[in-house]
Amino acid sequence: MKHAATKPSPPSAPPSAHSAHVNLLRLIGLGIGILLLFGCLIASLLLGAADLDPRTIWQALFAFDGSTEHLIITTVRLPRSLIALTVGAALAVAGAITQGLTRNPLAAPDIVGINAGAALAVVGATFLFGSASSHTYVWFAFLGGTLAAIAVYVLGSIGRSGLTPLKLILAGAALTYLLSSLTTGMLILSQRTLDEIRFWLAGSVAGRDFATFTSVLPYMGIGLLVALILSRQITMLTLGDDVAKGLGLRTAWVKATATVVVILLAGSSVALAGPIGFVGLVVPHLVRFFAGVDYRWLLPYAAIAGGTLLLLADIGARIIIKPQELPVGIMTAIVGAPFFIYLAKQKVKR
Amino acid sequence: MSVTISSTEPALTTRQLTLAYDRAIVIRDLDLVIPAGQITALVGPNGCGKSTLLRGLARLLKPLKGTVYLDSASIFRLSTKEVAKQLGILPQSPTAPEGLTVRELVAQGRYPHQSWLQQWSAEDDRFLEQALAITGMVELANRPLDTLSGGQRQRAWIAMTLAQNTPILLLDEPTTFLDLAHQIEILDLLYELNQTEGRTIVMVLHDLNQACRYADHLIAVKNGGVYAQGIPSNIMTEAMVQEVFGIESRIVHDPVTHTPMCIPISRKARLA
Repeated sequence: MKHAATKPSPPSAPPSAHSAHVNLLRLIGLGIGILLLFGCLIASLLLGAADLDPRTIWQALFAFDGSTEHLIITTVRLPRSLIALTVGAALAVAGAITQGLTRNPLAAPDIVGINAGAALAVVGATFLFGSASSHTYVWFAFLGGTLAAIAVYVLGSIGRSGLTPLKLILAGAALTYLLSSLTTGMLILSQRTLDEIRFWLAGSVAGRDFATFTSVLPYMGIGLLVALILSRQITMLTLGDDVAKGLGLRTAWVKATATVVVILLAGSSVALAGPIGFVGLVVPHLVRFFAGVDYRWLLPYAAIAGGTLLLLADIGARIIIKPQELPVGIMTAIVGAPFFIYLAKQKVKR
Repeated sequence: MSVTISSTEPALTTRQLTLAYDRAIVIRDLDLVIPAGQITALVGPNGCGKSTLLRGLARLLKPLKGTVYLDSASIFRLSTKEVAKQLGILPQSPTAPEGLTVRELVAQGRYPHQSWLQQWSAEDDRFLEQALAITGMVELANRPLDTLSGGQRQRAWIAMTLAQNTPILLLDEPTTFLDLAHQIEILDLLYELNQTEGRTIVMVLHDLNQACRYADHLIAVKNGGVYAQGIPSNIMTEAMVQEVFGIESRIVHDPVTHTPMCIPISRKARLA
């Protein structure tokens, strides 16, 4: 003990203190993000064709009296806002995972064709079987998303070099075109189907009730939970297959599970709100500045930012051409498309 | 983190190891012994299969036939995490995502020692700090990898495999793309790890003279098989260089390390 006491004391601020400091900042950032998200949720309940005041919202939620205003809030605004929040979160997390899985900064469920596959399956089901309930919608969305994922993987892997980032994007673009034109073809053949899902197909969180929301919520919940559990393993995948395997990661298993998570999240998002683009692509890049590259931070940040962003986009879609409304997918495309071009110029090597 | 192994026992053994990409066979029916506690260098021309062999030894490539034994157990029978506690591998020119810091990278090396219940322990911290110290990366620990020089980056990757704390370390061309000073720095570091901690080191090297200087055991690979192996002074001959690399050379005595030194003879007459 005496000997130990005479030893020089360690430097007052060892480098590990730096990472503790960074982690504290990230935790604070996450708190601020949650507050922002909550603020946007309130704003989403307040704003729209008829602007309401906060007191009415409070009463509608906790002292419901059946008035028109209260009905607007509980049957229109609240489900719509919650759908925007969860769909935004699910798409952003799915995008972040897709980027990690493929080690490709341009990847996202909509870019690689998963959203288009899910959408085609939902439209096809409506075309063949008439309007089905959302319970069945979601399973068609999963099926379509899975088939699209397999197709893009096979298509992109053709050739000697395997699945390069560029080939993945090209295969995704080609597949998206093909699936979208099939979807359009079906809609032209059936006026009835077109009327039912025209707005949905552009990506919209409007016109869905609570039952629709709650029927899809469990799949999203499971997807988000498994994503968080796998976050450490996904970080390791970003170091490359050989490094990850060398560190003892069962890469095939992690990749398969993560792919299922992406399909769950993207499929349930499409079933709820149609194929909304660019959220999955853009949000992970936006939050990387604060969250770094560790998926244990990146995924929670992406979920919160994705929810916030889609809430904001939906508020914009409601008030920009008031009293008319735009589908929210058009809002995200207006913001997302230039960002995609920027990323393609900056980040894609070869 | 000292690892003591008697130098007589093998670290890795292959039996009839046959490795292939798609269906093109690269390594055929190879029986090989990697001595424990020594530095082994794999040399050979481009495309001879030395990198493939290293990936096979590290269970990154599933053999078409045969297997690799680690402590008398086939590495494909052990759980991959169990293997990762015994054997670390640094692939050729690995890449990290933009923004990943040195500390975050090195921390990944602790993965095989962790579980769902035990995410990060004091022991993990100790090995992390130690790996940073040995590689001289303490000062740079919080820097993103993409802001570092090639040599520093390579040291960070080596630090990651050191944090893994494995008795066996496999490295695929750890000195590629580095200038001479950084090459020597990396090789000296590996030599020290071998000397002070008795770690078994297996590496693919392109420079024959560096291989002779640093390796106890040299393996010359040709056409997917072992052409010659043994201590460098025994197998480093003009005939071997001619056979394996297809060039004429003179083997002379390295005045500094007293190991063999290969001087290639150019076909250009004016240089002769």
